[in-house]
Amino acid sequence: MLKLSYAAVIVFLALDLAACAADDRNPLAGDAKAAKAGEYEFRINCALCHGLGARGGGRGPDLTRAVKKHTHSDADMFQVISNGIAGTAMPANGTNGQGVGMTDEEIWQIITYIRSQEVKAPAQAAGNAAHGKDLFYGDANCSLCHMVEGKGGRLGPDLTGVGGSRTHEALVDSVRNPSRRLAWGLTESTKEFPQEYESVTAITAGGKEIKGVTLNEDSFSVQIMDVNEQIHLLEKDKLRSFQKSRASAMPKYGADVLSDKDLEDIVAYLTSVGAK
Amino acid sequence: MKGWTLRCFGWRSAFSAARRFPLTLFIALQCLFILPAHAQVTFNRLLNSTKEPQNWMTYSGDYSGKRFSALDQINLKNAPTMAAKWVYQTGATGKLETTPLVVDGILYATAQDDRAFALDARTGRPIWMYQRQIPTDIRPCCGHVNRGLAILGDKVFLGTLDAHVIALDAKTGNVVWDVVAADYRAGHSFTVAPLAVKNLVVIGVSGGEYGVRGFIDAYDAETGVRKWRFYTVPGTGEPGHDTWEGDSWKVGGAPAWNTGTYDASTNQIFWPTGNPAPSNRGEGRAGDNLYSNSLLALNADIGKLNWYFQFTRHDEHDWDATQVPVMIDSGDKHLIAQANRNGFFYVIDRSTGKLISATAYGKTTWSDAKDSEGRPVANKEASPTLEGHTVCPGALGTTNFMAPAYDPQTSLFYVTARDQCDIFSTAPQPYEAGHAYYGSAYFPSEEGRPYLGFLKAIDPATGEVKWKFQHTSPTWSGVLSTAGGLVFSGDAEGNFIAFDASSGKPLWHFQMGGAVYAAPMAFAVDGKEYVAIAAGSAIYAFGLP
Repeated sequence: MLKLSYAAVIVFLALDLAACAADDRNPLAGDAKAAKAGEYEFRINCALCHGLGARGGGRGPDLTRAVKKHTHSDADMFQVISNGIAGTAMPANGTNGQGVGMTDEEIWQIITYIRSQEVKAPAQAAGNAAHGKDLFYGDANCSLCHMVEGKGGRLGPDLTGVGGSRTHEALVDSVRNPSRRLAWGLTESTKEFPQEYESVTAITAGGKEIKGVTLNEDSFSVQIMDVNEQIHLLEKDKLRSFQKSRASAMPKYGADVLSDKDLEDIVAYLTSVGAK
Repeated sequence: MKGWTLRCFGWRSAFSAARRFPLTLFIALQCLFILPAHAQVTFNRLLNSTKEPQNWMTYSGDYSGKRFSALDQINLKNAPTMAAKWVYQTGATGKLETTPLVVDGILYATAQDDRAFALDARTGRPIWMYQRQIPTDIRPCCGHVNRGLAILGDKVFLGTLDAHVIALDAKTGNVVWDVVAADYRAGHSFTVAPLAVKNLVVIGVSGGEYGVRGFIDAYDAETGVRKWRFYTVPGTGEPGHDTWEGDSWKVGGAPAWNTGTYDASTNQIFWPTGNPAPSNRGEGRAGDNLYSNSLLALNADIGKLNWYFQFTRHDEHDWDATQVPVMIDSGDKHLIAQANRNGFFYVIDRSTGKLISATAYGKTTWSDAKDSEGRPVANKEASPTLEGHTVCPGALGTTNFMAPAYDPQTSLFYVTARDQCDIFSTAPQPYEAGHAYYGSAYFPSEEGRPYLGFLKAIDPATGEVKWKFQHTSPTWSGVLSTAGGLVFSGDAEGNFIAFDASSGKPLWHFQMGGAVYAAPMAFAVDGKEYVAIAAGSAIYAFGLP
């Protein structure tokens, strides 16, 4: 009997917790102290992928964007942090092999913190997306190296999702100053794929020069895609020279090449695709 | 000795009986000629392990921690012809950190989630496998890892993620005894390879991330009865207790999660300890925080502290001093050397615990002065701040758990090193049992990009880096040195590499298809030398074609 009543209490508590989790209201919403606590929790649990200040990292989206792809309400966010997002690198709370995860209260603190960091921006980008698409595949030459929704070049990163995970400012900066934030590959146990889009120049024993980006590399071999999208599989000890650079292979698009207005249009296009 | 006694009990009387019973004579002969090949692993054998270089009977290969194999069949000349001999897939996912043991042709190793197994060391074919049903709510810090077994008598010993110590029958994998060392729900776990000394199994606890009170235990190998425990954080009234503020000692950390070494001449165990908790916040635990980040010299029989040396006082950067301490004898000097996570290479007189030298062997910004004993001391700027600022090395350290090696032929100390800086931030955090207790966090700093990984050869006499090999990215592989003039290590891209021990020139490599988090070892069966290492989800053995 005693056991049964304990069980009843546990079931009741579980239901209570579930009800709480399903609550659309964040009990700590707007609480500055909770946001501060959430900031520290965020650093411990989230910043490795989502970056310091939630501004996006090597793998996770920028969470300072007011419009988020997978979450709208605080309750959505609670659900995503608790259960992860299937088909993405976002893990469920407590499944990263590092302890038992966060308490409900800590999750709400993190949500409070993220809300406090959001940069209010219009849901719709200011530019003309249709014109941006024309530029992307036309005069701006973006598609020579970048793919969106399966169409375009292969030398640079696929940009299908970028408008849904980066802020407006980050997108603009990547076009104006492509070398500033060349992707850093993730290392250690979180390493999934090391591609960093480093520029590379290799000269073969026969004197042939190969320029492109590294697809992968170890101490003895390197896999390169050249500017003509040809893949070269090379052994380092058979090369005459091999040089890498973190200057992006992408040309710098100054305002003289691409006007602010045209750039806004391209960003609007990428944002519209990223929101899908 | 028990198994021997059972199988060959009274073989003197068996000889006398043999005159009457030919079969008994046969058994007696078996005892004489066959069984010794699979004889018990006595303490005496462990003590004299260098006399049987075909076997690798402790985590570091011998009690000195050198991870040096006297085998030289694979050498500078023929290393470029090495080839894979077999691969054993463990079926585990995640990082393999195990160092296999090999005794008389049988290889014993561990894998994720407290798997343990025995293989035919010539072919890689499994003999037995043990897998523990671990609870789902264990508190590991960094994956469900295990670094290996200890062997003594007819048993192998495993520390588990749910903080048990268990003995398995070496021939079957059956559980012989299973004892609870501590409550895993409070954050205790074992990932370390235990060390068998005399009749004891010595093991250190993990859990610095959860604010456990660290300890080193010794269990009777035969029965599992705990013979002693040394708390690495002194209790009320004990020396060192006053190096903790208030009640902070109760959750002070100082775990002991890497394997120590043993000096028979003084009957001392040298065991290293880890960070004080919370790792990134010094406020609330004012003082040196003994015996965190220290090397402890303990009497092997009773666990009494003879001396200690603290590498990083009042640590706020998670710089565990848990790296394997290596005993080096130079003339009449009895030394112990450690390449520490804080970026300095320390040489200590192991008779007294007095520091002889401390030299930076990687990028460090936290110390620019030494105290009167020659110990590097932290500068004011090193402490983490509320907003976070950059300190080198980062929290992962200049090195970490990866086992180093020392080659008495080249007199060089080989260690995997990393140049990386982190942004350290701090914040108040209340202690909650079983909950991560960091006092905020650290992140890779962009300033230090790219992070560099090396294999470095250090001359312990001067602290000078004699040569270094730069990997494509930092690696977690340990290092093996052999009498063949070779050093072996692995990389994060999956290569296993043989280097010239004198120059660091790579002579051979093999792509194993998975990152390396383990340290290599060497053994021989039927007169043939092998070098083995865990990578990805598998154990690989290499030899001459």
